[in-house]
Amino acid sequence: MDVMVSILTIAIVAGTSLVFATIGEIFAERSGILNLGVEGMMIVGAVTGFAAAYHSDNAWVGVVVALMAGGAMALIHAFLTISLRADQVVSGLALTMFGTGLSSFLGQRLGTGGTPLVGLIGPRFRPVAIPVLSDIPIVGSMLFNQDLLVYLMYLLVPLSWYFLYKTRPGLHLRAVGESPQTADALGVNVFKLRYFYTTLGGMLAGLGGAHLSLAYTPGWTEHLTGGRGWIAIALVIFATWDPLRAVVGALLFGGVNAIQFRLQATGTTIPASLLNMLPYILTVVVLVAITWFESFRKRVGPPAALGLPYLREERS
Amino acid sequence: MPFSLKIEKRLEYSRRAAFLVPIISIVLALLFGVLLLLLVGANPWQTYRAMLEGAFGTPAQWQQGRYFNLIETLVKATPLMLTGLSVAVAFRMRFWNIGAEGQLVMGGVAAAAIALWLPVFFPFLPESRWLYLPLIIIGSMIAGAIWALIPAFLKAYLKVDEIITTLMFNYIAILFYQYLFNIAWKDPAGFGFPGTAMIPEFTWLPRFTGRLHWGIIIAIVAAILVWIILDRTRWGYEIRLIGESQTAGKYAGISLAGSILLVMFISGGLAGLAGMSEVTGISYRLQRGLAVGSGFTGIIVAWLARLNPWGVLLVAFLLAALFVGGEQIQMTMGLPASVAPVLQGAILLFVLGGNLFVKYRLRLVRHAPQAAPDEESSVVEG
Repeated sequence: MDVMVSILTIAIVAGTSLVFATIGEIFAERSGILNLGVEGMMIVGAVTGFAAAYHSDNAWVGVVVALMAGGAMALIHAFLTISLRADQVVSGLALTMFGTGLSSFLGQRLGTGGTPLVGLIGPRFRPVAIPVLSDIPIVGSMLFNQDLLVYLMYLLVPLSWYFLYKTRPGLHLRAVGESPQTADALGVNVFKLRYFYTTLGGMLAGLGGAHLSLAYTPGWTEHLTGGRGWIAIALVIFATWDPLRAVVGALLFGGVNAIQFRLQATGTTIPASLLNMLPYILTVVVLVAITWFESFRKRVGPPAALGLPYLREERS
Repeated sequence: MPFSLKIEKRLEYSRRAAFLVPIISIVLALLFGVLLLLLVGANPWQTYRAMLEGAFGTPAQWQQGRYFNLIETLVKATPLMLTGLSVAVAFRMRFWNIGAEGQLVMGGVAAAAIALWLPVFFPFLPESRWLYLPLIIIGSMIAGAIWALIPAFLKAYLKVDEIITTLMFNYIAILFYQYLFNIAWKDPAGFGFPGTAMIPEFTWLPRFTGRLHWGIIIAIVAAILVWIILDRTRWGYEIRLIGESQTAGKYAGISLAGSILLVMFISGGLAGLAGMSEVTGISYRLQRGLAVGSGFTGIIVAWLARLNPWGVLLVAFLLAALFVGGEQIQMTMGLPASVAPVLQGAILLFVLGGNLFVKYRLRLVRHAPQAAPDEESSVVEG
C-alpha cells in the first residue's frame, strides 16, 4: 500500500509539467496551429524560470518569467506560420532546435556575472499540505501534499475543459480550428485567435518547464526536459484534444517515471537505460492503439484545419 | 490609416527572390547573433572572425600547407551530408522523418557489431578490408533502414502519425546504444571507461589525411545516387507527386504504402551510413559521441537545401563550418559552443520566414475612398 501511494505521489508531480505543456498544445492545435516547438519552449521556460528565481530569490518570479519566455518563443512560431505562412512542421522543429541551443547557451551565462547555472541551488516549490484535505486516508497525502504548481494544475484542468466546451470563446476557438472560413464569416477574427492561443500554448509549455526546474528536479542541467515536450505532443493525440483525458495520459507517463525510480531504488538488475525506454515505447504503443481505435470511430479526430494556413484572400 | 500592407502572390517565379531571400535571411540571422553576443558582452566582430578562422583556417596557415581546420570541417560535414540526404529523401514525399538520429545510431551500432563480433564468431573469414567494409556498409544501411521501416509500416498500414513515432524511436535507439557501450558490450579491459573494445584495423575506413576518411566519398556518391533516383527516375517524380497531393498520387495509380516503405528504406539506410562512417572512420569503437544531434541537424540541412542533393552537400559543409567555428570560439574566446546551435536555429527561422517572399510579395496598398486598387494592380503586374 505504501509503495502504491508513493508511486502515485511521484506520478502526479512527475506528470504535472506534462499536463501544462499538453493543455497548452491542445489550445494551440484546437485553433489550427500545430506547434512542434513544445520541447524548445519548455526548456527555455525551464532555464529562464530557474535563472529568474535564482536571482530574485523568489520562485514565483521564475514562474512569471517562464510564462513570458514560453509565450515569446510561441510568438515566433505564430508570426512565422500565421503571418508569414511558413510550414508549421518545419517551423516548430526549428523552434525546438533554437530553444534547445538557446537554453544551453543561457544556462552557461545566466549565473551571477555570466557564470553557468548548472549545479546552483535556487528557491523551489516545496510540498505544502492542505489542512483537512491532506488528512484523508491514502488519497489525502497523495493529492494534497504537493507543491503549489501541482494545485495550479488541478485548477487549470477543469477550467480549460469548461472553457473549451461550455463557453462562447471556447466555441469560437474550436470553430477556428475546424473551419476558419466559417468562423471568419461569422465575424470571428481567425488571425487574432490563432495568435492568442498559440502564445497561450507557449506560456503553458514554459510553465511546464518551470515546474521541472523549480519543483520537480529542481535546478538546471542541460537537456533538463529530456524529450517531455515531445511526449506532450504525443499526449495531445492520446487525449484526442481533450484536457481531461490529457491528465490521464500525463499521469500514466508520470507513473512510469515513478516506477522507474522505485525499481532503481530497490536495486533491480534491469539496467536504467532499458527502463528509461518505457515512456517512449509506451508513447508509440498508445499512439498506435489510439489510431487503430480512431479508424473504427472517427468521432474524435484532430481539428479539421490543423496545420493549414488560413489565406483570407484565397478563400474559395 | 490610408495605407496598409498587402501580401499577394507573385505571378511569376522570381529567380532573383529565390536567390536573394536565403542570403538576406542568413544575414539577418547573423545580425541576431551580433545582438546575442553583445548581450553577453562579447565582441561580435572578433567572435565571427574567430569562428571563420576556426572553420577554414587562416591564409597564413594555408601557405604553410596546413589545412587542419578545413579538414576538421569536412570531417564534421560528412555525417550531416548523409543525414541531410536521408531527410531530403523522406521530405520529398512529405514523410516527416524526424528519426534520422535514431537511424544513425542503429547504423553505428550495426557497424560496431559486425566489426567486433564477426571476426570472433567466424575466425576463418579473411581479415581483409575488401570483405569487411562492404559487409559493414550494407549491414549499417540495413540496420538504419529497419529502424526507419517500423514507423513506415505503422504509417503505411495503420496511418499512425510518423512525426511522433520516428521521434520516439530516436530515444529508444539512443538508450539502447547507451546500454550496449555502458554495459552489454563494455570493454572488460577498458579500465571502467564506458565504451566497447576498439574495432580491428581491417574494419576501419581508410583515411586521406588527418581525420579525413572515406566517409566523405561515400556521402558524395550517395548524393549522386539520390539525385539520380529523385530527379532522373519516374519513381522520384512519383514520390514528389505523392508529397504534393496524396489524392493525385492515388489517381495516378501509385501505391502509397509501397512508396512510403521504399522511401523510408532509403532514408533510414542513408542515416545508417552516417552512423557507420562515424564509428569506422572516427571513433573506432562504440562510445559516447555518436548521438550528438546530426540527425536533427540533417533536418535543417535538408530544408535549407530545398531538398536538393547538391544543396545538401553545400549546406552540410557550411553548417559544419558553423559547428567547428563554434567549438573554436569556446577554446579561444571562452564563449559557449552553443552559440553554433543558436545561430543554426536562428538561420532556419529566418529562412523559413523569408520563404514567404519567394512566393509572395508585399505591397503597400493605398485605401482610396471609392476605387478598388486591387484589380488595377493585377493588371499592371500582368
